[in-house]
Amino acid sequence: MTATATTPATTETKAPTGPGMRFVNWGANYIEDRTSMSGLVKELGRKIFPDHWSFMLGEVALYSFVVILLSGTFLTFFFQASMAPVVYEGSYPTLKGVEMSAAMASTLDISFDVRGGLLMRQVHHWAALLFVASIGLHMLRVFFTGAFRKPREINWVVGFLLFVLAMAEGFTGYSLPDDLLSGNGLRIIDGMVKGIPVIGTWISYLLFGGEFPGEAIVGRLYMLHIMLLPALVIAAIGVHMILLIVNKHTQFAGPGRTEGNVVGNPIMPVFAAKAGGFFFIVFGVIMLIAATVTINPIWNYGPYDPSPVSAGTQPDWYIGFADGTLRLIPPGWEFELWGFTFSMNIIVPIIILVVFLVLVAFYPFIEAFVTGDKREHHMTERPRNAPTRTAIGAAGVTFYAVMWAAASSDLIATHFRLSIEGVTHTLQALLILGPIIAYIVAKRISIALQKKDREIALHGYESGRIVRLPGGEYIEVHEQLSDYERWRLVSYDDYAPLMVRPNANGKITFGTKLRGVMSRWFFEDRIAPVTRTEIEASKHGHH
Amino acid sequence: MATSATRTRTRRAGRRSPLASAALLLIGLLATGGAYAALTAGASADAASESQVTKLADEGEKLFAANCASCHGLQAQGTEDAPSLIGVGAAAVDFQVGTGRMPMAASGPQAEQKPVQFTEEQIAALASWVASLGPGPSIPDESYLAGDGDLAVGAELFRINCAMCHNVAGAGGALTEGKFAPSLMGVSAKHIYEAMITGPQNMPVFNDANITPEDKSAIISYLKYIEANSSPGGLDLGNLGPVSEGLFVWIFALGGIVAITVWLTAKSN
Ligand code: HEC
Ligand code: HEC
Ligand code: HEM
Repeated sequence: MTATATTPATTETKAPTGPGMRFVNWGANYIEDRTSMSGLVKELGRKIFPDHWSFMLGEVALYSFVVILLSGTFLTFFFQASMAPVVYEGSYPTLKGVEMSAAMASTLDISFDVRGGLLMRQVHHWAALLFVASIGLHMLRVFFTGAFRKPREINWVVGFLLFVLAMAEGFTGYSLPDDLLSGNGLRIIDGMVKGIPVIGTWISYLLFGGEFPGEAIVGRLYMLHIMLLPALVIAAIGVHMILLIVNKHTQFAGPGRTEGNVVGNPIMPVFAAKAGGFFFIVFGVIMLIAATVTINPIWNYGPYDPSPVSAGTQPDWYIGFADGTLRLIPPGWEFELWGFTFSMNIIVPIIILVVFLVLVAFYPFIEAFVTGDKREHHMTERPRNAPTRTAIGAAGVTFYAVMWAAASSDLIATHFRLSIEGVTHTLQALLILGPIIAYIVAKRISIALQKKDREIALHGYESGRIVRLPGGEYIEVHEQLSDYERWRLVSYDDYAPLMVRPNANGKITFGTKLRGVMSRWFFEDRIAPVTRTEIEASKHGHH
Repeated sequence: MATSATRTRTRRAGRRSPLASAALLLIGLLATGGAYAALTAGASADAASESQVTKLADEGEKLFAANCASCHGLQAQGTEDAPSLIGVGAAAVDFQVGTGRMPMAASGPQAEQKPVQFTEEQIAALASWVASLGPGPSIPDESYLAGDGDLAVGAELFRINCAMCHNVAGAGGALTEGKFAPSLMGVSAKHIYEAMITGPQNMPVFNDANITPEDKSAIISYLKYIEANSSPGGLDLGNLGPVSEGLFVWIFALGGIVAITVWLTAKSN
């Protein structure tokens, strides 16, 4: 399968002359002679990139990561990952003479005494928030368009790993300055680790090198933050890109687009130019925000000290869902057994989070099992054409959103003048009911949209023109679609529930039965795509 | 009824022009200044000030009977609806009435601030009468309110004693059952001091053994410092921490970029 593309047909190339070009040519030859890269560049350069805004979300993530790398490197020049106590003598007045760790003091110095330091800190942190947010939205795009289906399941898993790595990067970074907020965050992690039965306390001691907070944690997190995790992120991005090139992009249905091609711009030169421009747009947005909006004002939080906790202590947004789950568990879920305390108020949230993440990670395989679909898919599905998947996605998003909202229950309470108990109880109910409601609503909406598409494909648009027939009857004239327009509406895969068939031994195994039940659930409500015969029939039957 | 009187007064207060309120404030300040001078005048003026104090207290008693007694009782002895005010001191009255919390309007989880309904002079009169009922914390000395205390000490004490309710930047926070600790931005130095020594509603009392007057002065200085100096990093997003940062990044950063991508790809089609 090749990328037949709208590559501009052989444009006439005149050998460029002039001293500048001669140097470029010489350079290109020099490299080519030593690396034979031209084949690779040509292959890459012909990779086709479709033109739909939602396909650019991954790029946003990539570019914000580049910004993170650049600003993070700047920060490493000045940051001291040490918890040794020092007395702050820098220029911020409300902290002068206060004892704090070297990490905190150096972060304050970056903020107030290094030229451009505060801007770089804010660039780094805003870019980090944007990085995870764009990954999240990118994942949703891939999910709702079914772009994770064969042959792209592996890349979905790699993408998921990137999402988790990004969260880990963010959390370790958030903990580095050793201010009150980051210390509180670590304290919660410490509490969660200690809540794991039997081994929890040991792990906590291992992690912190003794009793929390100890003297070691910032140095360790620093190593993770600037070495191990970035290396893993870069490796995962590499694999992600290679698989993307191998599998090619998916695309939305449209004229001339089939399972066998990709329509769009080749990377060289059109897309590369656009992407270069787009990088600067992302960079510019981050710079603009970092230059005008405060993020993580550690000078307010002050150095970490285990006793004070500020009102409104929250993690960065991408860890919010974990914090929220902790807040939603009703109090008193603890019991003792064989002399151990089982803190279900911690174990249950951990289980919920892990199960949720595992389901996300393995969704492509789960769906493939249920549908029994072994075909390759290169067309992007419109969410409405896979109602059950869309409904599952809506339920998952709702579940996540409720956990996320719960992390800010106190702010919801003060800002909407509600009681915090009321907010918590409402969110507890929503955590269970919300996904169910979202599931039903999303499914109904998808099916209704499919019906509407079918109507339009067969009978055309309502033109709003009312005509009175000679007999006195009024009818509205329906405008027929062009073939191009119709193509978008009718070309999607049809599925049917799997038949439960006995295997070679004449037995119906449990797995087969389960699959049959799940498949029926997955496909029971569906609108079949309009077939060619139906279109023909409707054309002839129409006045 | 006190409440209906209250309501009309509130409305009138709302309509007052800024100039008029400035003038009123000036008169009030002069009056309290005078009363204060009278209270602290030397022994030679004892007899005169004594009579002035009684006059002020008498006026306060009348005001109290008209506006507060329905809840607090004629002798401020307390009723089912409201606590006794004997021994709360002038500071409590000055704080509660001066921030508009008293007279209380609707019963909610917590007596909330409303536009102030009395002149400085009337507040001084009420405070003086309530103070005469029993010993209690008095209105703080000006010298602690100047905002010239040690900022770093103030910041640290604030983080340790106050931030768990009021947030590190004094932006406020939630308590249980719909109660909340309000934002401390824009609260006068005097009222901050009085809040600490009287502990309004769910706030604990920080007496002089807990936090010395010098330390209270340092806390006030810190609050005044962050109020006067905007965040070095730019807009502060209400100082609400990572929640407002997260919302901002989704709505403005990612939202803005998505808008740009939609526009870009729409152009090329
Ligand atoms: C509608 C009833 C009501 C009215 C009218 C009212 N109060 Fe109160 N007041 C209360 C209640 C209730 C509280 C207790 C609030 C709490 O602590 O939750 C209170 C508390 C106080 C306190 C704080 C007591 C302490 O222990 O610190 C002071 C001082 C006070 N009132 C003064 C006044 C004054 C002066 C007036 C008149 C201008 C007034 N109140 C009018 C109901 C009222
Ligand atoms: C247990 C939580 C708690 C702590 C700790 C606390 N406060 Fe408060 N604070 C409150 C509450 C609740 C109110 C609102 C009381 C009311 O409305 O009557 C309040 C009110 C105030 C007010 C009045 C604000 C206004 O808008 O008029 C000031 C000033 C204040 N607090 C300062 C402090 C200072 C300074 C500290 C630390 C020394 C502190 N508080 C500690 C809960 C607390
Ligand atoms: C996906 C990648 C990354 C994410 C999400 C991320 C996120 C963060 C965050 C949220 C902080 C806290 C900043 C603050 O407000 O103070 C931080 C700090 C820091 N990061 Fe990163 N980071 C990433 C990669 C990197 C890399 C690659 C480097 C170095 C090359 C780096 C170097 C640093 C340093 C030195 C600090 C501490 C200084 C400070 O706190 O201001 N980061 N990071």
